[in-house]
Amino acid sequence: MDSRISDKLKILADAAKYDVSCSSSGGKRKNDNKGLGNSEGMGICHSYTEDGRCVSLLKILLTNYCIYDCAYCVTRKSNDVQRAAFTVQEVVDLTINFYRRNYIEGLFLSSGIFKNADYTMERLVRIAKKLRQEQKFNGYIHLKTIPGASEELIKEAGLYADRLSVNIELPSEQSLKQLAPEKNYTEILLPMDNIKQQLVQAKEESKLFKSAPVFAPAGQSTQLIVGASAENDHQILQLSSGLYKDYNLKRVYYSGYVPISSDSRLPIITGPPIIRENRIYQADWLMRFYGFSASEIVDEKQPNLDLEIDPKLAWALRNRYMFPVEINTADYELILRVPGIGVKSAKKIVSARRFAQLSFEHLRQMGVVLKRAKYFITCQAKSLHRHDFDSQVIRRKILFGDGAVRSSLLTQQLDLFRQVG
Amino acid sequence: MYLYTYDGTFEGLLTVVFEAYERKAWPVSIARAYLVQPDMFGESITVVTDDQKASRVWSGLQKKLSVEAQQALYYAFLWEQKGYEMLVFDYIKLVFDSPVSIEGNYAAPCVLQLQQVHKQVHREKHRMEAFVRFQKTSDGLYFATIAPDFNVLPIVINHFEKRYADQRWVIYDLHRKYGAYYDLASTLLIDLEETGSKALQAVLLGNVLDEEEDKYKQLWQVYFDHVNIPERKNPKLHQRHMPKRYWKYLSEKQPKIDLKSERLM
Ligand code: SF4
Repeated sequence: MDSRISDKLKILADAAKYDVSCSSSGGKRKNDNKGLGNSEGMGICHSYTEDGRCVSLLKILLTNYCIYDCAYCVTRKSNDVQRAAFTVQEVVDLTINFYRRNYIEGLFLSSGIFKNADYTMERLVRIAKKLRQEQKFNGYIHLKTIPGASEELIKEAGLYADRLSVNIELPSEQSLKQLAPEKNYTEILLPMDNIKQQLVQAKEESKLFKSAPVFAPAGQSTQLIVGASAENDHQILQLSSGLYKDYNLKRVYYSGYVPISSDSRLPIITGPPIIRENRIYQADWLMRFYGFSASEIVDEKQPNLDLEIDPKLAWALRNRYMFPVEINTADYELILRVPGIGVKSAKKIVSARRFAQLSFEHLRQMGVVLKRAKYFITCQAKSLHRHDFDSQVIRRKILFGDGAVRSSLLTQQLDLFRQVG
Repeated sequence: MYLYTYDGTFEGLLTVVFEAYERKAWPVSIARAYLVQPDMFGESITVVTDDQKASRVWSGLQKKLSVEAQQALYYAFLWEQKGYEMLVFDYIKLVFDSPVSIEGNYAAPCVLQLQQVHKQVHREKHRMEAFVRFQKTSDGLYFATIAPDFNVLPIVINHFEKRYADQRWVIYDLHRKYGAYYDLASTLLIDLEETGSKALQAVLLGNVLDEEEDKYKQLWQVYFDHVNIPERKNPKLHQRHMPKRYWKYLSEKQPKIDLKSERLM
């Protein structure tokens, strides 16, 4: 067989894997042309890597030749690695053949900058166009926009892609200047704003005309690298909270810096900051689904997330005056703020209590995990513990009590990597 | 003490409900006819499936249940674990006996259990949709075998019909010995042993794959190896998401296809 394709795939999958996003949800492309594929609704993880991340898309670079020299990136010009480039047709064939065998939900295509931004972006767009028009492909396509690509090309990309992303790369402009001297925030935020305008416009038009062209129906996302520069969690969460608000982003992805590079501009670390990355994702969830604001989670006085306990528990321990919450009467929003109670459990509780006064036994049967929650709730005015513990004691009990630590840490990690869009 | 037997179909089970109400004779057990031991205590009633009676019960349920709860009932039937018929029965009886909706009343044991079973079957359905791996045969058919914990084939068909509208495919349940065959127009349930289809049996024996099949299987293995970030290795999490018993489906978890023998071809 053609071992060249296989070698290219090795190089260009290797180079693409540090972009952590692999979500394929939020697509709205139905298979109504009797073509191939369907991407309505939730995306599917078809496999999991040995590090436990979802494999949903064929995530590759078109090429890892690059004219830029970003310190944190394996593909940077000055790095001594093997280089390769796919042809347009090779990417199309791989995508279609993987998809037909049910290996993937679609394609996530990115690229090093070959020659110049538009030259590269034009090829990415051509691949997406070919898939849609020649192959009648309705699977998921995520295109990364190349920094500096023209507005027209980005606009065209949105016609074929389900999601577009512009990576913000680092949590502050200052770090970006240091580590990626060819890049700057203005050049990153401009296309992000462009895409946002296009999204808004497409939405307006679709209200007026049924046949209005769709534009990136799964929205836009971004990624930033955690731990390659000195910003604290407060700065990071402020930034993402602003990005969610100002640019209607679907997701901000956080990528714990993997020490791949011996570039002297970078900190020396032994492994990626996986726990910190987890905690930031949890905080991001609290902002998106639990009604927390960034400043409730961390502030100037305590700028970093507690690595030992999750941010919701940390918040509850700082705000003991809000507890205990009575399960049978408290508002949904408040139940949602109880450590250990997630969206599903909170909904179940609110639903079940219409039928009966709930007891702890009911909660257990409904699958509500009480390990953490029990310190913060009452059921029919009853509590599961006899004493009122102070915050330090609760923290200790949750961390070290009856073997709770390992299993709960593991579940937290699992929750994090569950794919959402 | 009434022991009901039926033919193992969903309609049959709904007919049992009809008969039980008709006679006011509540079952203590319901089982497929051939599974019942003759020396069990109590009076046994053999129910003959009657589509009309079944659809009367079902439309009665449709009036009182949300679409989701109707689906949960059907999923409980596909669950096929010990006591599933009685679970379906108890739930239906509670629905009919209660003046108000029982959905969400998790304090009632059968409502809670049905909800849990719904979730389990749904999870298995989702896993099959994720882990099915098709192999292309020399005549352009895409073929996959499965052996799911629960009988989820009937409820994954719709997903694959929508996704692979332009390719012929077969998904075959090795445990339950039946499959679904999509022929570009509609999907039929097939039984390889009965129809004796030579072409499909040959596929099962693995001799008639498309000449590019090994190439793409190998490329997928290559891809799988190279998206991994060794610095982040976490085997526990890996297995939690992808339990070992599913690995048998996955091309990426099969022995590596040897490049050298490949080149000889
Ligand atoms: S431009 Fe992109 S691919 Fe090129 S070095 Fe920078 S981050 Fe890497």
